[in-house]
Amino acid sequence: MEDIIERLPEMLIGAVTTVELTLLALAFGICLAVPAALARTSRRWWMRVVPYAYIFVFRGSPLLVQMFLLYYGLSQFEWIRSSTLWPILKQPYWCAVIAFALNTGAYTAEILRGGIQSIPKGEIEAARACGMSPGLMMRRIVLPRAFRIAWPAYGNEVIFMLKGSALASTITLLDITGMARSIIAENYLSLEFFGLAGVLYLLISWVFMRILKIVEVHLSAHLAPAPQVPATSE
Amino acid sequence: MKTWIRSVLFLGALAICGSGAAEAKDVLRIGSEGAYPPFNMIDKDGNLQGFDIDIAKALCAEMKVECKFVTQDWDGMIPGLLAKKYDAIVASMSDTPERRKAVAFTNRYYSNMLRFAAPKGTKLKPTAEGMKGKTIGAQRATIAAQFAKEKFKDSELKVYDTQENAWLDLGAGRTDAVLADMLVAYEWLNTPEGQNYAFLGDSFDIDDHIAIAVRKQDKDLTKKLNAAIDAIRANGTYAKINAKYFPFDIY
Repeated sequence: MEDIIERLPEMLIGAVTTVELTLLALAFGICLAVPAALARTSRRWWMRVVPYAYIFVFRGSPLLVQMFLLYYGLSQFEWIRSSTLWPILKQPYWCAVIAFALNTGAYTAEILRGGIQSIPKGEIEAARACGMSPGLMMRRIVLPRAFRIAWPAYGNEVIFMLKGSALASTITLLDITGMARSIIAENYLSLEFFGLAGVLYLLISWVFMRILKIVEVHLSAHLAPAPQVPATSE
Repeated sequence: MKTWIRSVLFLGALAICGSGAAEAKDVLRIGSEGAYPPFNMIDKDGNLQGFDIDIAKALCAEMKVECKFVTQDWDGMIPGLLAKKYDAIVASMSDTPERRKAVAFTNRYYSNMLRFAAPKGTKLKPTAEGMKGKTIGAQRATIAAQFAKEKFKDSELKVYDTQENAWLDLGAGRTDAVLADMLVAYEWLNTPEGQNYAFLGDSFDIDDHIAIAVRKQDKDLTKKLNAAIDAIRANGTYAKINAKYFPFDIY
């Protein structure tokens, strides 16, 4: 117990790194996913090819392999080390963010595609009938509807990303897992510190789930049961 | 007739069970890592090779038991021993007071010193002052990592899951120097990847004895292993294995 209290500050620093990595990856991931999902649902085949390949590659291979390729693989090439990208790729932090973002972006794109494709045809036709331009229709109808439909599935992806971020510890980052492993390397209290790591992950995912739920309620307010008018007591 | 068949089957079953039990007795399961050349590494066929493995085989031969090797990641090494996944760790493990809280150690089978490896012609000095603000790489859960953390407080320490990844990142220029076991660094400096790198300064003598870890309750096994280490030192087997890897005595 004393050991845990003594090392808790370090574990909390690790927790901050974990949350940072997850949030950054999710933010960049969404930026990738929206255009990828839109292109993926295009009627033109040449628009579908690139996002299809992207999703296929990043959803079909392990995150750990993607991260190792990015971190240890790219750095083997001299021209990468002398390129302008090196200051970013040199840092394990940004390698992890990039790998995570590409990975979660692929999954999110598929989730969004599902959302887009389950928008009732009638709503699209109605938008067209009103004379909306394709851009306006995207902004006002397609994307908001797709997000609403896809939100619960996206919530899963957020939690997966949080747990997946533990892989950052394999490229020298001291996130929750990395910190726990380094501490265990010194004092061999594996049960205690992996236990503490698990509790921290649980707490963080609980907070994430609450936020996701709040957003979900907000997004689908129209589906909630009508507020009960309290009966006036007389 | 039927009884005859039955008794044959019975005896057959007995023989199979009996031989199984006898075999299980003579097997010593040895845990090693396989990512720490030249001491333990995995060859093209997926088998463990290296100095540790050769020593373990020689010890098994001396003790007249069969060696069975189990590969295990480094930071799960001691937990794996305690969980009885194997009976002894022959993986270049240093005998330390911290580890002695969890496991018992035999006498040493070689000694280790630490030394920096850095790019050839670097202006770095291997002192706390000289390494200030520089990035040092080391393998997680090793003496080198602990030594770097304690003696080079003003340097940034990066810890890797395997020693090979630490070399990769030195090669990529993500670290300024790697602190590692001298013998391991010696091996890497002799590879094509290590040709533009050299030892930096002298080695740090850290009174570091590499020994075999066993569970505390297996006192008998510890004794037998110690006797076997003495025997292979005396009969020249050790010197032969040593010469295969290093041009100097590492005991």
